[in-house]
Amino acid sequence: MSAPTAAVGEESKNIWMGGVSPMNVSYGKLMMWFFLLSDAFTFSALLVAYGTIRFTYMAYEGTGDAFAFSQEYWPIPEKVFEAAPFLHGVNLPLVFVGIMTFILIMSSVTMVLAVEAGQRMDKKAVEKWMLWTLLGGIAFLSCQAWEWTHFIVGTDNGSTLPNGTTLFGASLVVNQYGPPAFADFFFFITGFHGFHVFSGVMFNFLIFYWAVVGKFERVGHYEMVEKVGLYWHFVDLVWVFVFTFFYLV
Amino acid sequence: MDSHIEEQSSTIQVLPPNKEKIKRLWTIAAYLGIITCIEFLIAFLWPDGALKIALFVGLTIVKAFYIVAEFMHLGHEVKVMIWSILLPLIFVVWLILALLIQGDAIFLLKY
Repeated sequence: MSAPTAAVGEESKNIWMGGVSPMNVSYGKLMMWFFLLSDAFTFSALLVAYGTIRFTYMAYEGTGDAFAFSQEYWPIPEKVFEAAPFLHGVNLPLVFVGIMTFILIMSSVTMVLAVEAGQRMDKKAVEKWMLWTLLGGIAFLSCQAWEWTHFIVGTDNGSTLPNGTTLFGASLVVNQYGPPAFADFFFFITGFHGFHVFSGVMFNFLIFYWAVVGKFERVGHYEMVEKVGLYWHFVDLVWVFVFTFFYLV
Repeated sequence: MDSHIEEQSSTIQVLPPNKEKIKRLWTIAAYLGIITCIEFLIAFLWPDGALKIALFVGLTIVKAFYIVAEFMHLGHEVKVMIWSILLPLIFVVWLILALLIQGDAIFLLKY
C-alpha cells in the first residue's frame, strides 16, 4: 500500500499529495476509527448527562449501612446492584457486574487473538477464537438480560413512599431506587451499550461465517476481522467507562 | 467452483503463531483483570470522597489506554493517526466541565 511510490519523484516527498497513505492504515480501518470516534462522543454525551442530572439531586449523606432507597436523593449504585442469579436474597454488591466486566474483557482478548490468527492466514485459529468471542458476547448479553429483569421487577419488599404506597422495581416513569431519572439513565446507557454489544455479536457471527466458508482465503487477507475487532474492542472500552461512572462512582 | 477454491487455498501459507505477541496480549489481559479487581477493592475498602473518585477515574483511564493502545493497536500506528483520533476528544473534556458546572447550578436553583 505504501511501497510502490519510489519512482514518482520530488513532489511525492509530501505524503499528503497522494500516492501513499499517510496514516498507514487502509481506508476501511480509518473509517472504522472515525466512526468509533463519533460513537465515543455519543457515549460521552450520555455519561456526562448522567453526571449533570446526578449533580442536580441531593447526594445521600450518611453511613452505608443505614442507606434506604428514597425519591429524595440519588441512590448509591452498590446498594441497587447487589443481586446475582441463583443467589436470591444474598447481598452481593457489584459482584454480578464485576463478572460481566470480566466476560467482556475476556471476549476482547479472544477477539485480538482472532486478529492475530488472521494476520498469519490461520483459518482454523480464526474460527476458534471467533467462536470464543461470540460466546463471550452472548454470555454478556444474557447477563444483561437478567440484570434488566431484576432491575425492572425490583426487590422483594420494594420501597415504601411517605404517602404509604409501595413501589416495586423500575419503569421509565417511576422506580423504587430513587429519582425517576436514575432508572431512565440506567435503561438508556446500558441499553445503548447493550445494543452495541448485540450488533457486535451479529458482526462477529458474520465474520465467523465468512471465515468458515473461506471467503477471506479467496480475498487473500483477513482485514475484515481487524475492522470488526476494532468495533468489538470499542464496545469493551465503553463498558469500562460505564462500569466506573454508573456502577462504581 | 469447489475445485477452484481448493486449488487456491492449497497455495495459502499459514504462518506459525507469534508466541511473543500472544504472550503480550495475555499479559495485558491480566493487567486489565487486576486493575478491575483493584477498583473492586477500592469500592469497598476506601473511604468515600474526592480521592476515591479520582482513583476510579485514573484506573479507568489506565484500562482505556491498554485497550486502545494494545488491543486496538493505536499505540503502534503512525503519529498523525494517533493524534487524529485523540485530539478531537478534547471536546469531551470541555463537555464534562461545562455540564457538571451546569448541573451544580441547577442544584443550587432547586434547593
